[in-house]
Amino acid sequence: MNTSATLVKNLADQYGRSRNNLLPILQGVVEQEKYLSESSMIEIARELDIPASEVYGTATFYSFLEHKKMGRYIIRICKTITCSMKGKNQVLLAIQDMLKIDVGETTPDGTFSLLQTNCLGFCHKAPTMLINNDVYTDLTPEKVRGILSQYLTKNKEGGQDGN
Amino acid sequence: METNYQLKRADFIFKNENDWKEVLKKNINRPPHELINELISSELKGRGGAGFPTGLKWKLSAEVKSDIKYVICNADEGEPGTFKDREILSLVPFKVLTAMAICGHVVGAKEGYIYLRGEYFFLKPELNKAISEFEHYCKEINLDFTIRIFMGSGAYICGEETALFESMEGKRGEPRNKPPYPAISGYMNKPTVINNVETLAHAYTIFTYGAKRFYDLGVQYSRGTKLFSVSGDTPKPGIYELELGMSLTDFVNDFGDGDTKAVQVGGASGFLVPRKRFAETTIGYEGKLIGISLPTGGSMMLFNSSRSMFNVLDNYLEFFREESCGQCTPCRVGCQQLLKGIKAVKTGEKNAQHLDKLLRLAETMQFTAKCGLGQSVANSFSSIVENFREEMIY
Repeated sequence: MNTSATLVKNLADQYGRSRNNLLPILQGVVEQEKYLSESSMIEIARELDIPASEVYGTATFYSFLEHKKMGRYIIRICKTITCSMKGKNQVLLAIQDMLKIDVGETTPDGTFSLLQTNCLGFCHKAPTMLINNDVYTDLTPEKVRGILSQYLTKNKEGGQDGN
Repeated sequence: METNYQLKRADFIFKNENDWKEVLKKNINRPPHELINELISSELKGRGGAGFPTGLKWKLSAEVKSDIKYVICNADEGEPGTFKDREILSLVPFKVLTAMAICGHVVGAKEGYIYLRGEYFFLKPELNKAISEFEHYCKEINLDFTIRIFMGSGAYICGEETALFESMEGKRGEPRNKPPYPAISGYMNKPTVINNVETLAHAYTIFTYGAKRFYDLGVQYSRGTKLFSVSGDTPKPGIYELELGMSLTDFVNDFGDGDTKAVQVGGASGFLVPRKRFAETTIGYEGKLIGISLPTGGSMMLFNSSRSMFNVLDNYLEFFREESCGQCTPCRVGCQQLLKGIKAVKTGEKNAQHLDKLLRLAETMQFTAKCGLGQSVANSFSSIVENFREEMIY
């Protein structure tokens, strides 16, 4: 069995094999592999004994279930109204300038992916972003450069916390 | 800062929850009909925004015969400008858990779920810790009730209750037709009570202090307090608990920056109120006799005169276009066309009369879309285009 298949089997053992457990299993694969490959979706369909098209249908509905290989750290910057009003664009430019990637891209070394997302629920501390599951608020171009530097250092030291 | 005495501040929700064990024990020993009557007489209405009477919701579910029933806490807080539920779950989680268990006792459910939005994943470890402690106590007092967290994955539409059930069942988050209503047939087609996080926290207050204490706050048809998520052009953004029924003038006097041009009440799916309408607008549920009463999930976004209302509407429509589940045509195509339409007017590709066509399209969506998402796009669209038409054109 390849690693994907083992992972899917373990997740199915952990959560169960009924249709209700599809979303937690998809989330588990994304957490480990950073995206849902075609082969992992087929593997999930096999484990849960449902059509692969059903797995694909559910998987493509949710914006946090990625379908292309993402970087180790996924940056999701909020683009909804208050964050936009409070300087999201300047923060985004600072990130793009520092990492040399555009929205939707991943750095060549696979460290960062940059995405925009809808309301993160921190409008009183706008602008905000998520890096994986961690929230950063009251961002300024200067502050975001500092945060990314810390991640770069952490990454060089080879820390294991992808989350 | 000027002090304003018109706004009645309150402090129930975030008041400490140290008494949760007593509250739970006391209430699960009361007969269900008594608890339902207490909730009904408090006139608590759903705090997610829709405002359905909570006591009635519990009553309907209690009356259905079924071996399996569910209690679900809707923590898929995704409305732009709303961030109160996160704060409740971080600061007073036991109030929510306790209210869920009391609800389970009332309707005859043994399983509870918290549907937590993917963006709030960071809350999960602490919340799970609270749940273990809670379940441990339930065992101690022989209460058969479990609570599990179900994580969402970044889909605004899953806050719609039937879409949330679909999501929990491992499907695309596409809303169902109603009826049947969740009280009769919800998650796994079983009777389900689904309440917003804040609604449950208020239920805790009511079961702690009694219905009268709650009923005495607020105004007719809009009883009690409400958490407001205040953001935008304000010197003091944050979360505030206020009595319902306040006028928008008083709100702006307290929270505005002195240059408030409009307030968006209820998030992107709510209404934009221009300055000239502040005095006649109050915040509460339908049923007020004079002026306009706007219900809200608590999102209050202030805009000052430096803001372009075109940019605001453009941002909302892009949000809706992305978050529409795509299931029904009025919403899927309508959101795309409204966005395309206002851009065409702005660039001069279409003349100003095109806005009238778009207003009719928004009205059509209001009547024909399958769920609240598509139906409510017209709220912000029409209120912005009608009040700031010149900003859409020039």
